[in-house]
Amino acid sequence: MSAAISVSGLRKSFGRVRALDGLDLSVETGEVHGFLGPNGSGKSTTIRILLGLLRADGGSAEVLGGDPWRDVTSLHRRLAYVPGDVTLWPALTGGEVIDLLGRLRGGLDPARRARLLERFDLDPTRRSRAYSKGNRQKVALIAALASDVELLILDEPTSGLDPLMEAVFRECIAEEREAGRTVLLSSHILAEVEALCDRVSIIRLGRTVDCGTLDDLRHLGRTSITAEVTSPPVGLAELPGVHNFAIDGSRVRLEVDNDRLDMVLPGLVAAGVRSLESRPPTLEELFLRHYRVDPVETATEPAPASR
Amino acid sequence: MSSLTGTVALVRLALRQGRVRLAVWLYASVGLVVTTAVSFARLYPTIAGRREFATGVADNPAFNALYGHLLAPTSIGAMTMWRIGVNGAALTGLLSVLLVVRYTRAEEETGRLELLGSGVVGRRAPLTAALLVALVANLVIGVLLAAGMIGLGTGVPGSAALGLAFVTTGWLFGAVAAVTAQLTETARAANGLAIGVLGFSVVLRGAGDSGGGLSWLSWLSPAAWPEELHAYAGERWWVLGLPLVATAVLLASAYSLVARRDLGAGLLPVRPGPAQAAPSLRSPLALAWRLQRGVLMGWTVALLLFGAIFGSLAAGIGDLLRSSSQLMDAINRLGGGQRALVDAFIAAVMGILAAGAAAYALQAALRLRTEETDLRAEPLLATAVTRTRWAWSHTVFAMFGSAVILAAGGLAAGVAHGLRTHDATQVLRLLGAALVQLPAVWVVAGIAVALFGMLPRQVVACWGFLVGFLLLGQLGPVLQLSQWVMDLSPFTHVPRVPGGAFTMTPLIGLAAAAAVLTAAGFAGFRRRDAGV
Repeated sequence: MSAAISVSGLRKSFGRVRALDGLDLSVETGEVHGFLGPNGSGKSTTIRILLGLLRADGGSAEVLGGDPWRDVTSLHRRLAYVPGDVTLWPALTGGEVIDLLGRLRGGLDPARRARLLERFDLDPTRRSRAYSKGNRQKVALIAALASDVELLILDEPTSGLDPLMEAVFRECIAEEREAGRTVLLSSHILAEVEALCDRVSIIRLGRTVDCGTLDDLRHLGRTSITAEVTSPPVGLAELPGVHNFAIDGSRVRLEVDNDRLDMVLPGLVAAGVRSLESRPPTLEELFLRHYRVDPVETATEPAPASR
Repeated sequence: MSSLTGTVALVRLALRQGRVRLAVWLYASVGLVVTTAVSFARLYPTIAGRREFATGVADNPAFNALYGHLLAPTSIGAMTMWRIGVNGAALTGLLSVLLVVRYTRAEEETGRLELLGSGVVGRRAPLTAALLVALVANLVIGVLLAAGMIGLGTGVPGSAALGLAFVTTGWLFGAVAAVTAQLTETARAANGLAIGVLGFSVVLRGAGDSGGGLSWLSWLSPAAWPEELHAYAGERWWVLGLPLVATAVLLASAYSLVARRDLGAGLLPVRPGPAQAAPSLRSPLALAWRLQRGVLMGWTVALLLFGAIFGSLAAGIGDLLRSSSQLMDAINRLGGGQRALVDAFIAAVMGILAAGAAAYALQAALRLRTEETDLRAEPLLATAVTRTRWAWSHTVFAMFGSAVILAAGGLAAGVAHGLRTHDATQVLRLLGAALVQLPAVWVVAGIAVALFGMLPRQVVACWGFLVGFLLLGQLGPVLQLSQWVMDLSPFTHVPRVPGGAFTMTPLIGLAAAAAVLTAAGFAGFRRRDAGV
């Protein structure tokens, strides 16, 4: 598979604030790629560079085989973008905005537009000034999804949607993937990313700290184990790769690095296992692990520019 | 009285936010009236001179429509009331409208009131606070005006009547705004509705005062009531009852409307719009037309009216000055005569038209920046629209919208002047005189585009350029500034037509400068980050 987006060593500063500091990102054609990071980590800045709205200070970025700064019109015909903060023209109706954005992108499919309006339960006759944040987001989503494009770039597209609409959004993205479209989904709703994404990139302070399939990432994570044993286990706490070991009567709790899992089991068996529960790491735990590691560093580095 | 809880806090908030605006309004109103009185006293020190002046204006229907009737020809107070009092009171009404809407509907629309409303603020408190501020501001203006006029020795009863005319008109239109702010959902619409009422009143008064048996119309117009009060001309105090009763009725309805509606909602139904975009809405230019057409039409109508009014006055300008025989002698000695005087007047009117067109051009060009900072440009630039194409879509309005406005003003002035002088050639002559201003207006617009492209954060400085240019034009000759300073303003280079010699060279130079500025702005915008 070829890369729909390939970014390497991307750098961007706003004045003295460094927003991107050598960011790498690779999105394969046809995949849904999760783009994770806390507020201010540089997600939106990256996306704006990919859209040619900002110019990178260094590094390289390629979108659909083109240069995002130079090949604006030819690239933008092939992609659709949903911003995180959707502001619309107050006097235009939602329907007008959808049509306008679709036409400027090179046309949209009226049947798909009608179907999406129904699924997202949006009244297209209302003026934009009367829309809530969620409804404005629906306008941008419908405009993007109704266009026949190869690449969707979505920047926190569901932050204002209710759970019902969030479910509709997930269905739509799953269909887009079926249709062979590539999606870059920036989000910090981890359940959404877990449900939709083939691969994720986690970024922090303008740098990619982790990238791969969820399974890959899990492999590097820790499994939590809770066991009831007949006698206190011996020597488990000292094993390499075991963390947060705790014993409470006959109940043992521990976390173990996934690649050391088989080292723990003999010790448990020797202690006489009556019940065993093991849980693979959630994305949330993976995510938090990346952001908790070094609180001192987090506190001293300047916050990267906001979106 | 729990529905009024928090009123005091809101009044203080309003004063804190609007203190500069309020102070400017106060000084400007009082200054305008008092300096008018002082200059009348200086220009016409003798009773005979005043009588001469009065006969010059009495039978001129244009003056009567514009200012009302001069009711007591020998009184400086009455002259002031005629020249500035009637329209000044209407202006006070306008400012009261803006003030009341600003602290009621505008706050509600932006959601700031919601933030306050969730605190300890009663449901009538915001309206009450806005009205209190308007009430006191108008009262202070009235007291200062009356004191100033008494200080000039124009008589106590007349001065009190003049002050009260301002106060009651301000209150009345503040109350009109209190009602319209309940009816509509947006501040723009609330202002529009209230200013529409005011504008209609002014037109009605003008029609009533222009003679022809329509004088009964004046009684229907709140803008005519200050005149009907007959300040300095045997005051009819009972006339004050009209605005006071009207104010009371309007306030009662505003309060009953407040009780009946939801926060954020209006009472006039919001009409649903089209579910699909018209086939024509398919380009940045089409979108810009949707966003800019209202402002363009507003300016066009305003300059059309301005041109028509001052065009119709031009021929009569001599009548006004003939009363001052010394002034006429001076002009005749300069070799101008009546014709040159009229031409000079028209050239001055064209200068004002140009200032208006330049202000519009800046407003249109600055839309680029607000669209960008409000993040509305971003989704457009993420489609197959190039930066240049998008930037053009609004720049076109700055450049050609201003041409439309100038043409409207010039054409209206030409038709009006042509009708009064029975000379059809004036139409094209004045249209030309208006369009000659266009290259200078383009330079001002070009400055805005250049700033937008290269120093986007400082783009508002373009207003400073315009004000500076206009001040140079006004004060330069008075201060006897050297020519190179005067040459900094593009308006200095516009040929003084009609009357003066017409040369093409400076116009080409101005147009070239505008083109360079615009091109520099576009080049800058293509190279810089968008949205920062």
